[in-house]
Amino acid sequence: MEYHRLIVCHECDLLFRKPSSVEKRRASCSRCGASLTALRGARLPLDWFCAVTLAAFITFCIAQSFPVIELCANGMTSEATLFGAVRALWSGNMRVVAAMVFCSSILFPLIELLCLLYLLVPICTGKRPPWFNVMPRVVQLVRPWGMVEVLMLGVLVTIVKMVSMAEVIPGPGLFALGALTVMLGVVALFDPSGLWAVRDEIRSS
Amino acid sequence: MASVRSSRVRPRDRSLTRPLRASKPASTAALTARRAGLIGCHVCGLVQTRIERQADPRCARCLHVLHERRPDSLTRTVSLLAAAALAYIPANLLPIMHASSLGGAEDDTILGGVAYFWTSGDWPLAVVVFIASVLVPMLKLVALTLLTATVRRGSAWRRRERAGLYRLVERIGRWSMLDVFVVGLTVTLVHFGSFAVVTAGPATLAFAAVVILTMLASHQFDPRLIWDSAHAGERLARRVNEEGRGAPLTTKKRIS
Repeated sequence: MEYHRLIVCHECDLLFRKPSSVEKRRASCSRCGASLTALRGARLPLDWFCAVTLAAFITFCIAQSFPVIELCANGMTSEATLFGAVRALWSGNMRVVAAMVFCSSILFPLIELLCLLYLLVPICTGKRPPWFNVMPRVVQLVRPWGMVEVLMLGVLVTIVKMVSMAEVIPGPGLFALGALTVMLGVVALFDPSGLWAVRDEIRSS
Repeated sequence: MASVRSSRVRPRDRSLTRPLRASKPASTAALTARRAGLIGCHVCGLVQTRIERQADPRCARCLHVLHERRPDSLTRTVSLLAAAALAYIPANLLPIMHASSLGGAEDDTILGGVAYFWTSGDWPLAVVVFIASVLVPMLKLVALTLLTATVRRGSAWRRRERAGLYRLVERIGRWSMLDVFVVGLTVTLVHFGSFAVVTAGPATLAFAAVVILTMLASHQFDPRLIWDSAHAGERLARRVNEEGRGAPLTTKKRIS
């Protein structure tokens, strides 16, 4: 079909003919300036993204299971894991806020990483995963609500705040969280809608 | 399809330079999908004809519902914005944290916390907290109000800058969650029995509501509406011109 060679700017609805190659370059709409990320080859190669996503998933597990900050004051210590923060808010009659913190710092990043792994691992080995239709949509829905980088800044602000009151010991979770922030930044460059073209190629070959 | 332009591809090393401005942004050479009778799927990007999809408004490739424009975009944006503006008042007036220690109890509002950091010499921290929890929500409210107002009036004023403003709002929106995270972590850390306990105040809830509502509002706003008025007047002129050639590219019918 002729329309397969066309692309629509998702922000201003302008029609473009797909360029023959965008290798190592950046395509953007000439009218509104939005970057057209779904073009094939506009971003880094798929297996590269697959590796970063896997690394981010492992780092995510480490960041969740170790304490992020420990606090020492008057001989008493307390430590905060991410899940511990959710539990403290939940028991302090702030259930809506607890649910929001849980979703934005634990649930949604986890869903995004798992969906991307589910899509990318089979595609990199040349297979087509079942339920392909649902996954890119799930990633698109969940992505704006995952806020690990904001959480990272929140942890830093808390540390600076606490330093004057008590002795603050950064936990292993903090370093994992920092690494996770960087990796999720790379993962966010990946636009899953570009995968449809890859899937069509796998099917036709 | 003669007037479809090929997309402008720039080398990456020039990506920091300002993109070249189209010589006439609203010229007749700019053909939108709507005028061509096409719809681009917002999930997978497949371009398909509107007539083909009339019976079943779902994408042929990924089966998701197709919208030419987001349905009721302006109404939804305005109502979510109004709700966010209402929640912004208690978020700033009520205490966000309640600290009780041996010395006594103390309530902290957001602005009070910023002022405390500023006076105690932690001004970088004061600036970060001020930007994230006071400036960003306020700018989002103002920017989205400006965008909806100009779109409703069909204004042609600085379209490209407004599109950039929308992208900025989408990008910075999440950063105002910062205060909610800080409160959560502080509440978890400071519970030393009867010595010192910090609990979250009612403003946390209001503040979280502001963040969620403004993010929803900016997701509901359809940036394509900014550009739609570019064709409203011109379409009429074209139709008169093309009467003889008989190729009306636009139909009034909408698929929602």
